Order: sequence, then structure tokens, then C-alpha cells
Amino acid sequence: MNMHSEVAQLSQSSSHKKIGGVILDLQNISLRFGGVKALTDISFDIREHEIRAIIGPNGAGKSSMLNVINGVYHPQEGKIIFRGQERKKMEPHMAASQGIARTFQNIALFKGMTVLDNIMTGRITKMKSTFVEHALWFGRARNEELEHRRKVEEVIDFLEIQHIRKTPVGRLPYGLQKRVELGRALAAEPSMLLLDEPMAGMNVEEKQDMCRFILDVNDQFGTTIVLIEHDMGVVMDISDRVVVLDYGKKIGDGVPDEVKNNEEVIRAYLGAGH
Amino acid sequence: MPFEASVAAPDGLHTFPRLLFHHAKVRGNAPAMREKDLGIWQTWTWSEVADRVRSLACGLAELGFKRGDNLAIIGDNRPHLYMTMTAVQCLGGVPVPLYQDAVAAEMLFVLQDAGIRFAVVEDQEQVDKLLEVKDQLPLLEHIIYDDPRGMRHYTQTFIHDIHELMEMGRIHDRNHPDFLNAEVDKGHYDDVSVMLYTSGTTGKPKGVCQTHAAFIAAAQGGVQVDGMTADGDILSYLPMAWVGDHLFSFAQAMVAGFAINCPESGDTVMTDLREIGPTYYFAPPRVFESLLTQVMIRMEDAGALKRRIFHYFMDVAKRCGAEILDGKPVSFTDRFIYGLGNILVYGPLRNVLGLSRVRVAYTAGAAIGPDLFRFYRSIGINLKQFYGQTETCAYVCLQPNGEIKLDSVGRPAPGVEIKIADNGEVLVKGPMLLKEYYKRPDATAESINADGYFMTGDAGFIDEDGHLKIIDRAKDVGKLKNGAMFAPNYIENKLKFFQHIKEVVCFGHDRDMVCAFVNIDMGAVGNWAERRGIAYSGYTDLAGKPEVLELIRQCVEEVNAALVSDSMVADSQIHRFLVLHKELDPDDDELTRTRKVRRNFVAEKYAVLIEALYSGKASQFIETEVKFEDGRRGKVSADLKIVDAKTYPIVKKAA
Repeated sequence: MNMHSEVAQLSQSSSHKKIGGVILDLQNISLRFGGVKALTDISFDIREHEIRAIIGPNGAGKSSMLNVINGVYHPQEGKIIFRGQERKKMEPHMAASQGIARTFQNIALFKGMTVLDNIMTGRITKMKSTFVEHALWFGRARNEELEHRRKVEEVIDFLEIQHIRKTPVGRLPYGLQKRVELGRALAAEPSMLLLDEPMAGMNVEEKQDMCRFILDVNDQFGTTIVLIEHDMGVVMDISDRVVVLDYGKKIGDGVPDEVKNNEEVIRAYLGAGH
Repeated sequence: MPFEASVAAPDGLHTFPRLLFHHAKVRGNAPAMREKDLGIWQTWTWSEVADRVRSLACGLAELGFKRGDNLAIIGDNRPHLYMTMTAVQCLGGVPVPLYQDAVAAEMLFVLQDAGIRFAVVEDQEQVDKLLEVKDQLPLLEHIIYDDPRGMRHYTQTFIHDIHELMEMGRIHDRNHPDFLNAEVDKGHYDDVSVMLYTSGTTGKPKGVCQTHAAFIAAAQGGVQVDGMTADGDILSYLPMAWVGDHLFSFAQAMVAGFAINCPESGDTVMTDLREIGPTYYFAPPRVFESLLTQVMIRMEDAGALKRRIFHYFMDVAKRCGAEILDGKPVSFTDRFIYGLGNILVYGPLRNVLGLSRVRVAYTAGAAIGPDLFRFYRSIGINLKQFYGQTETCAYVCLQPNGEIKLDSVGRPAPGVEIKIADNGEVLVKGPMLLKEYYKRPDATAESINADGYFMTGDAGFIDEDGHLKIIDRAKDVGKLKNGAMFAPNYIENKLKFFQHIKEVVCFGHDRDMVCAFVNIDMGAVGNWAERRGIAYSGYTDLAGKPEVLELIRQCVEEVNAALVSDSMVADSQIHRFLVLHKELDPDDDELTRTRKVRRNFVAEKYAVLIEALYSGKASQFIETEVKFEDGRRGKVSADLKIVDAKTYPIVKKAA
């Protein structure tokens, strides 16, 4: 499709970016919910500044994997090494303060709040002044808010959503809500961004926009991106490396072309008959 | 010409660069330009603007820009692009603004025709377009961009950041402090100040060369008629390539010294309008129409009490609002109730529309519906019409205050002479006429007759009060088979005044009856359908609903009823029509970039539909290729029903 070739062009134009060393190493991760095995013995790594896609059929364990990365789930077995240090039991807010931000499969925004306020919540980990100072609009709260607002405006400008700045999120169409959610994640100035199906339910044009934003984020801010996506065309075009899960097991890992030709991956996607 | 002398008179301010440096001297600290950036309005004063223009001009000179060169300007309304315009004029070059939403292939012709060596563009999108066709533009040497976003990886040496250019200019200026002043002094009012390309309703676009004298004369005339002062504000949001924007946002701002305000993006215009509250506002009728439609849709959602108050006072305004604005006698009770309405309804409404501070609002470019026009005037907005074209700096007729007529475009503006040719064509003469079409002496000779009149191509007449009335494009006016006059625009405009109808194309020349294509207004009809619980999946589906066809039929029949009462056009009643399965779109070449119908193209493209209309078929299948904004193509197909409308018998008046 035309769209994919265009996106491919985009990703080529930014292909001279530097991919750094491993920042997150997942070793032999297994996760169980009672008797249900969600993930079995999965190992892969994520390098700095890369776009890493996790793909797989429904129920393959992709979202569980993401939740392991940002500390929502705690695997029973395996090691997670983040920036050279083994990670102990961690809560999501700790992930946030370590520079990991995410978006959700089902949009998790505050529907009644404006776009601006929603994105502002992304700055929460960076706020230092106390609740009282904020309530009284006093002391450092004032300067701090101005500074945060400036950052939020940069995000708004970056995502081209100036026209809905003051619109309550609940009134926006789905594609724009997704963009706002990305904006909130970006406001935290993350070094690693986890995107859970950022393009689900979008039309071609919205997908194309989203692809452009993901590539731009990766390119301009050097953010490492971990992406779950169903649209194979999109995944193959924009990611640097892809890991494939099926029934909680890793069945493939490598650059898009390798994965595309991997027998097991083809079987998982197209069924055994092919 | 006597008018030119008055142009040259005041302090030798007869070119735009001189005007700019004059303003920088006398009102250096007054705001000249504003732009909303990162959610905050940024202001440049006249002296800051002059400084930047200086740097830009010197930077361009450093890159090798020479007197007589043409420079393309492509982008949304941005202060730096407006500044570039003056910078180019400082050096004796000619800025050529292009329509920023055109695709690369469309720009190619103008870029080639004008022999562009330098292009100053807004952002990555425009740079990409130029790169796409660069191999067909051997003359293009430098591309300068304003917004650095996404430009980090462009390593080509001929692409420059505008800030780099200004820095280069500053150094150049330091080393050659007299250079720019000398260049500005070389400028003459007879030099071409700008080249605006016609939209190309007919054939290839032509570059209209306008001199400093012409635009300054047109601007002075407008400023004089409306008493505009330096403390005003205008929102500059219409394409820079369009003559109206050049007159209002550039020429008049330069002459009168008021501030121009650039919106954040095309989508935020309504919010920006409210924040700026311009004193001077220009919009084509469709903008006024969509504003009103929005208000009406929101009013329908309001509570019963609010709705009743609104409608009560709107009736009052309809009765006496326009008269009060025109200073005509109105009874004391009406005046009192209107005053009350002003507090309760009109004032807040003007505020919501962002028109609280407006002293004069103008509309032109297409006919405006009488109801629409009256609505704005009745709530106290001094909305007026003018008439002009690219070749006349958009300055031929203006409606003077207190002499507003719905169906005329006003009196000839100061310095303008008007004559009606034998065939009904409007001829104009004055200081604002074009110098020539660029590299097209043949076209220049064709459009200006032996007596020095410009032939507008519009058919019209001057009424008993000396106001000009425009009927249609002279070449569009045809004849029905029975010899009666057929003025398609006239009928189409009548139909377009219905809020549910967005676009109409009428056929009838050399035929025995008039038939029409209709485009519904997606917003208005969509809302209408929602209220009636009619489910639809998209434009094509909605356009084919029997209820919608019925709705449009009523509109058509109303127009027929109106047409029959006017003996000139009684024969032009619409007998049959259909609602098109897709919206007419400039991307598919059906409309020009200024959204005028390209009649012949549409007729050719949909020949099978016209055939069906005249052959009496009840429906016709059609499949059409459409181009999406990103250049992809797709197909839309539908089985269109053809509807017969009731026509009224013509009663011949006793002679």
C-alpha cells in the first residue's frame, strides 16, 4: 500500500540515527496468574534509541509483557536488568520516575478534563512544590507551573493539536484521544515509551499521522520506543527490531525482514495449514 | 493620472519598504505583527519588523538575490513570510506567493513560469514539495524554511533556516551599512511589487504583475473610505497568494499602520479570532455562513428559555437592526427593545463570534445570501461587500457606510472609473490596474482595451443609485434553446443560500430546460438527519437518502417559485436535479483553490450524469476516482436518483 511505502521512506530518512547499547534486558521471564501461564521463559533486550515492536496473535501475552516492563506485573521467574542494574520488585510509579512512560490499549484519559489538563498530568512526576503551594498559587508553584505549561505547549505543538487545547477529552474522536494520550506520555519526557496498540481502531490517515509522530519522537528526542501493534504493515515499516510472541512463548526475534520470513511466525499468523 | 501623484506625495512614501521604515520611525513601539506560538501571542513592533526585514533582505542579497528576481513564498500566514515579502521588495525583487495547500505538481507551473531561483517556505511539508519537483526546476537555487521542525536531517546545502539567513544578513549589514538604504532608495513606485497568480478558472494560471503604486492606491482608497487607523487589528488567515489577503493584511496594514495577527494553525482560527477580537475582518461568504450555521446548531441544543429569548430578539433585530446600523429613523420602542437585545443577545453573540470589536467587516469572492447578510448587519456588525479581482488589486467597488444594498457591490471606489460595455461586461479603469500579465503580452493586450479599460469578464449593470450589480461571469451567461437568458451563477447562488446546500452546478446553455447537480452540506444535513433519526454512514450514503432528496427538492422548488416572479430568469427554473455522490473538491480539479466551480471540467467529468438528466432517466450509476489529501486514489460509486422538481407556469406580464 502507498501509505506503507511512504512511511518506509520516512523511516529510511531517519535511518542514520544511532542505536545505542542495551538498556533493558529481560532474561527468562515467566509470569503466571494462578495456574494460567501468561509468559513462559521469554528473553529479549531493548537497545537505546530503537523502535522495538512486540507482535503476536490475540492472547499471546503482549500486554502482559508491557506490564512486566513497567512494573505492573511481577514475574515469578527471570531477571530484568534496567540500565545495568537488576531490578527488584518495582511499582509503576517507580517506572515513571525512571523515565518509562506508556499509553494504554483502552484509552485511559480523564474524559471530563481538557486536553491541556490531561497532558499536564504527565508532568506530575516532575513537580516538586507541595500541594499547599499549588493550592495557594504561591512560591515556587507559580514558576514551576509556568515551566510545565511551556513544556506541555511544546508537546501540543509537536502533536499538532492546538485547536483542541481547551476541549474536554471525552468530546474528541478516538484518533485524537489516542494522540492526546501519547501527548501525556511525552509530557513526562520519557527515555522509554511503551505504546500499547497506538493505532488500534484508527483509519488509514490517522494511522499514518500516528506513525509519523512515533518516528518523529524517536528521531527528535531519541526516545526508545516499545510498541505493541497488530497492523503488520506498520510494524514492519517503522520498527528496528521485532519480537514475536505466541501463547506466551517467544517464537521469533530480529529485524523485520527476518521475522517476516520466519516459518514459525508465518504459522502462528496464518494457521498451520499454510 | 492624478491619483498617482497623490500616492507619490506624502514624504515620498511610494513603495512598501519606504512605508515600513517610515512606520518603524514614527510608531516604532506599536505592534505590527502578532503570532501565537506555544499558546502565547508573541508581538513584533514595527521597529522589530523593520529590523528583521533588514536582516532578511541583506541575507537574501548575500545569497545572491538580485534586482528583478522573483521569489516564491509558500506557507500559511506567518510573520516571517510577510516580512520576506517586504525584504524582497527592498531589493527590487518580486515576491510570488503561492497557494500553500496546492500539491507539488500544481505548484510546478507557477514556479517554472515565474523562473523562481529563491523560495521561502513555511515548513518541512513545503520543502518536501519543492524537493519533489526540484529536478524540473533547474533555476531553483535556494530554499529557505521558517519552521525548523523535522528539518534536522536535511543535509542539502541549498536548504537554509530563516534564522541562519537573518544572521547572515546581520553580518552583511554590519559590513555594508549603506547597502540596504541604497537599495530601498532605488525602488520606484512603478516597479512591480508583487506577482499574484490568477486561480486559473480558465486555462493555465497567469501571473498578474502589480506595481507599488497600484497596491498603495488601492489600499489608500480603502483606508480612506472606511476611516481606518493605526490602532486596528486584523486577523490574517486567508491564503497569502490571494489578492484579498495581500490587500488587507499587507497593503492596507502597511499604508494605515495597523497590526496583523497570524493564527496558530488553520484549525484554531475561530479561537484566535475570539482572542484577538480584530477591528477589521475579512471573510468569504462561506466563512460567515459556517459561523452562522454553528451558532444555529448550538442554539438548537440550548434550553427552551434561551431559545425563546434568542428567537424573540432575533426577530426584533430582523425588523430594525439593519436600519439602526444604517442610521435610518426607527421608532423609540424598537430602539429600546433592540438596546435590551443588545445586552442580552447581540452583544454576547458578537463576543462568541469574536466580532465584538469589529468596526468594518468585508465579504467578497462570491455572492452572499440576503438572509446571511442581514443577519450579521442586524446584530450590529458592519458587514459590507466589495468587488474586485486580482487584476484590480481587489479594488473596484466598495459599499459606503449607510448605503448598503443586499444585491449590489456598492459604488466605484475613489479613483476608479466604471463603464458597462454593450454586451453587459463591466469595464474598469484606475490607478490599481495591473501592469501586465507576466511574460504574456498577448493576454495583457486581450484584457485591456484600447481606451485603457480592464475587461473584468463579469456581466453587470449600474442601478439607479449608481451602485454596481454583478449578475454572472460574462462568458457563463448563456441562452436556453428558446432564447431566454441563462445565468447559471445567479440560480446557483440562490440555491446555495439554503444552509443544507453547499454547492450547485446548473446546466442549461443550448438546452430546453435547466438541470442541476447539488452537493449537500455535510454538517447541516448531517445534523438535520441526526435529529430525525436517519442513520447514515458517510457523505455518499447521506446524499442518497430519499429524505434528503425530498429536503433538497423543497429547496429547489422554493427557488423556482422565486425565479418565476422575475421575468428575466423565469425560464431558468430547475426542472430536474440530482445530488452528487461526492463533494466537489479542489484535489480532484473540480473546484479552483478559491473554491469556485470549474464548470466545463465538471460538465465533462460527469457527462454521463448530464446525459441522464436530460434523457429523462430515473437513476444513473456512476463511479468516480477521487484523490485523497495525501495523494492516494480511491473510487466512489453510487446509483444516483434523479428528482423532478415542480416548476411554475410563467405568467406573461401584459406589455
